[in-house]
Amino acid sequence: MKNENNTGTDAGSGSRIATTEMTLNMGPQHPATHGVLRLVLDLDGENIKKCTPYVGYLHRGVEKLAENRNYLQILPLTDRLDYISSMSNNLGYCIAVEKLFGIELPERTEYIRTIVAEMARIANHLLWLATHALDIGAMTVFLYCFREREMILDLFERLCGARLTVTYPRIGGLKNDVDAKWLEDVKKFTDAFPGRVEEYETLINKNRIWLRRTKGIGVISAEDAINWGMSGPTLRGSGVPYDVRKVTSYGVYDKVKWEVCTGKNGDIYDRYRVRMDEFRQSNSIIRQCIDQIPEGPIMADAPKFTLPAKDKVLTDMEHLIHHFVLITKGPQTAPEGELYVPTEVPKGELGFYFVSDGSGKPYRMRVRSPSFVHVSALPRLCEGELIADIIANIGSIDIVLGECDR
Amino acid sequence: MEPLEIAERLKEKFLNEIVDVSRFRDQVFVKVKREKVLDICRFLHDEPDIYMDYLADLCGVDFPGRRQRFEVVYNMYSMRHGHRLVVKAQIPENDPTVDSVVPVWNGANWHEREACDMYGILFNGHPDLRRILMPEDWEGYPLRKDYPLKGPEGYEYKGFDEIKELHTHDKEWNIQA
Repeated sequence: MKNENNTGTDAGSGSRIATTEMTLNMGPQHPATHGVLRLVLDLDGENIKKCTPYVGYLHRGVEKLAENRNYLQILPLTDRLDYISSMSNNLGYCIAVEKLFGIELPERTEYIRTIVAEMARIANHLLWLATHALDIGAMTVFLYCFREREMILDLFERLCGARLTVTYPRIGGLKNDVDAKWLEDVKKFTDAFPGRVEEYETLINKNRIWLRRTKGIGVISAEDAINWGMSGPTLRGSGVPYDVRKVTSYGVYDKVKWEVCTGKNGDIYDRYRVRMDEFRQSNSIIRQCIDQIPEGPIMADAPKFTLPAKDKVLTDMEHLIHHFVLITKGPQTAPEGELYVPTEVPKGELGFYFVSDGSGKPYRMRVRSPSFVHVSALPRLCEGELIADIIANIGSIDIVLGECDR
Repeated sequence: MEPLEIAERLKEKFLNEIVDVSRFRDQVFVKVKREKVLDICRFLHDEPDIYMDYLADLCGVDFPGRRQRFEVVYNMYSMRHGHRLVVKAQIPENDPTVDSVVPVWNGANWHEREACDMYGILFNGHPDLRRILMPEDWEGYPLRKDYPLKGPEGYEYKGFDEIKELHTHDKEWNIQA
């Protein structure tokens, strides 16, 4: 933190201290802003009069780049949006493109996608809990969370070779199938995980500092949260049962039993509770999916849009040409039209809005990122509260600036 | 309510404002003139059986060559009724302005700033219309179709040398090469 304009002086009258407003710059290089977020705070003593967020430090122009690449080439860009849970971003993109093209997926793919999406949700919430707790003084939980996150990243590595930027899903399917051993190990993880969640809860649930710093802080009513466009656990903390997994159909969320977790008061504590409940729900979804998963192909039967199998490409001329055309020019038979497709990523509603003109490249790709909307609502959460609460507030809305700035 | 029914209701209320209603997959797109966008949005938000309380997304699209070059796309959803509708306002190139919908949805604030930053569309009545993702002194509108992918014409990023050049007058920055 750097003090830009400290004009606060003692009036010298002896009886009371006169305060002047002071402007404090926080970020963009600050460990508690979870990335390169810069806030300019107008303070009266410790009270925040005005909070102005500045974003854009991580702007890479993904939307512009996407207009100049074909549909298959955009996939790796989506990893770099929300790099904490790149799996969910890849899936959001693939699902949007599949809806645009009208591709039906095989059942096994849907199951595997649901499993990895929920694993990504657990990994994301683990990182959120670790850093959020660290920010507001509950340091012990940090390494406990990383222990489990490491397990999920190891499983991802075995699945597709990458830990962070996975690029595992493909348009119309997946990069590779999962084996029984992998599923077994995921199941072992889910056996142990609920106990671990209880461990985190014993560390913080009765921690008085944690409770004092989260209960009744950063309150936003259900109506306001909807009006500000919030989504995901941040919205559900205010008691709105809105979850894209329930309201639109993708994955196999309609075939497994699970509940939408909601809070009541809309404060930081309730948002924390929602995410803790989601740990258990995601865990249960994964278990049910592993029990139900059928055998079958993993790529959709849509040769106009999906890449042919690699072993055929290396031996068969027609498949090689097909592969070459799709990679260099993109799908040549994309339908003309436009579509907005939302998916529920760990941070909220990730929407892709495509305008397609029938060529292999999207005419316009818009990324509606939850972090962008949540940062825009940060002044609404912070103004009128104390400066220390801003750290707790930033943590509670779970933002990643890579996704915010795109 | 079915999205097409909502479009019908809009037609009844704002007959002269609706340009076109189209449908793709399960989504309905209503193209409107820009003059009464705020009224249309307010109607969609306030009407009890439509009640679009959630603005999922707002963005601009550029169609050079069309008489109405820009489009502002309002993507709304109703939490109460669970229906979705997309309204698209038509903006001409010579006067790229449209009324801001921040009075209806607070969440539109940054989306409109971004549309302004990327396309140069001005939103009347916006509380704080500044560049958001690009630097404040940036010239041009990056997402317009005539804006080159590599950046402004003739400009080449030279990396550290350029930054050094800029700061030669600054003692703190006076780094010996």
